[in-house]
Amino acid sequence: MSLTGYVVRRLLQAVPVALGVTILVFFLIHLIPGDPARTILGNHATPRNVALLRHDWGLDRPLPVQYEKFMARLVHGDLGSSLNYGVGAGRLVRERLPVTLWLICYGALLSVLIAVPLALFAASRRDRVSDHLIRGVPLVGLGFPPFWIGIVLLLVFGLHLGRLFPVGGYGQGFFGHLHSMFLPALTVALALCPILIRSLRAALLEVLEADYITTARSKGLSERRVLMHHAFRNAAISTVSVLGVNIGFLVGGTLVIEQVFAVPGVGQLMINSVFQRDFPVVQAVALVFSMLVVLVYLLTDIAHALLDPRVRFD
Amino acid sequence: MGAAAEIVAEATLVEHRRGFRRRWYRTPTFVAGVSILGLIALAAAAAPLITTHDPVQQDLLHTLSGPSWSHPLGTDDLGRDEWSRIVYGARTDLRVAFIAVFFSFLIGTIIGLLSGYYGGTVDTLASWLVNVVVAFPFYILIIALVFVLGSNTRNIYIAVILVGWVSYTRIIRGEVLVAKRREYVLAARAAGLSDVRILRRHLLPNVVTQAIIFAMSDIVLTILAIVTLGYLGLGVQPPTPDWGRMAFEGQTFLTTRWELSTFPGIAVVITALGLSLLADGLADLLRPE
Repeated sequence: MSLTGYVVRRLLQAVPVALGVTILVFFLIHLIPGDPARTILGNHATPRNVALLRHDWGLDRPLPVQYEKFMARLVHGDLGSSLNYGVGAGRLVRERLPVTLWLICYGALLSVLIAVPLALFAASRRDRVSDHLIRGVPLVGLGFPPFWIGIVLLLVFGLHLGRLFPVGGYGQGFFGHLHSMFLPALTVALALCPILIRSLRAALLEVLEADYITTARSKGLSERRVLMHHAFRNAAISTVSVLGVNIGFLVGGTLVIEQVFAVPGVGQLMINSVFQRDFPVVQAVALVFSMLVVLVYLLTDIAHALLDPRVRFD
Repeated sequence: MGAAAEIVAEATLVEHRRGFRRRWYRTPTFVAGVSILGLIALAAAAAPLITTHDPVQQDLLHTLSGPSWSHPLGTDDLGRDEWSRIVYGARTDLRVAFIAVFFSFLIGTIIGLLSGYYGGTVDTLASWLVNVVVAFPFYILIIALVFVLGSNTRNIYIAVILVGWVSYTRIIRGEVLVAKRREYVLAARAAGLSDVRILRRHLLPNVVTQAIIFAMSDIVLTILAIVTLGYLGLGVQPPTPDWGRMAFEGQTFLTTRWELSTFPGIAVVITALGLSLLADGLADLLRPE
């Protein structure tokens, strides 16, 4: 199959999923027990206000009409208005998005920097003590609650050890962000590392069994060169996929970690909105991030197909 | 696969099931997992016997006190005994996680069996729904669901199950798609057995292994989700002790009483380690080579 054909097919697969996401987000409001308008406004709301909100959100109309209206607004980029801030929920998310994306990328980068050398080391020493030790990392590490890793890092690096890093905030300028967000990003990285190490090690071991590696070795290349130039390139493709597949975990974990370090990102916005019962904002966050995940899945598959033509024929 | 290979494969399957009883104690990860988890479950069950204080009893004259004979791990900001709260927290968190995972497993397995076996519209619909749910970042969907439903224990169950079933459906569906083409299913069909009987007696026992192994790691994920909800203030409602909530409440006193925040986390890590070891051991024992 040509690359274009593959991309078109993959795009067509993404459409029903994206539509499904909008339907699920739309239905969230109908999961609210009782009258959503009354629940959202609270017990002190006047019947007039409740009726107004109900009408405003179209809750007094049949479901298909409501969904149609929801989609019509969505197409124009309107995600509803925040009940608390009085501005568009989409705008609130957009304002906070750079901070969160910064943290996600920073965290992903750190996790690659930590996981790749460890996986390479483990794969090159298969079944030796160091390999067993590194294999133990995922086993233990997956049980660490991400927020708790954050608390421990905060305790060690923020409050002790010379207070190397600030305990919260976002910082000013590029280097300010780099410094201020180091602990949150390290938390994200440590939460992601177990998954990366496990799959990268497995991928490396599989690649090392391949014939072309035997050929490379028999040419008399050093083991280091075989590992770095021949094996790692192929195994790296799987790292990209693993990162892509775990984007949901990465995003969700990041949102929680923001809360530990008081990073003013989308996570903080979402949690605050939950406590202020600001429904449109919670809805907007869920929608934006699930769409982001659909997009990342798509891009990962396309990148994978570009790097490894075999994928297209699956 | 030829008929002979088929017979060999079947024989290995049976061999593995029979071998379980003989080999489990020779699988170190399995033994370690069972031991750790058994100890924690025992502690949770015998909570009144191994604690000296009521986990919700406040003692405002002895707040934030350090470890002592009466309070082995000290007290929190309301004077409640930290050790008792951690032990009773195991009750809360383990119960919620096990029940939620059990129902995810049950619902996901049934949908996976039906969707894999019958195909067609059922399969299209189920697969679509799975893909949609998977598109949501796990924590965002859980938080959104608990938010709309209202945060209490019952709704945490519902939220976890609404998100959790998809993994089991994916696993079981994939296994059924392969298994239903094999001779033993074709033979059962040719013998005129009902679909229900084929699904329950012939397919289920052969496809459920992967799902059981996954369930162990899923309990880890679910415990993490419950304590994370607790940490965010959306979990099990106070004063019921929950490890996540305890870690959150302790964070304010991180400079003076660091144990308050870190010990509940250590409890999570040990529990999760027990479950991960158990999952690894089970995988070794049940997976045909």
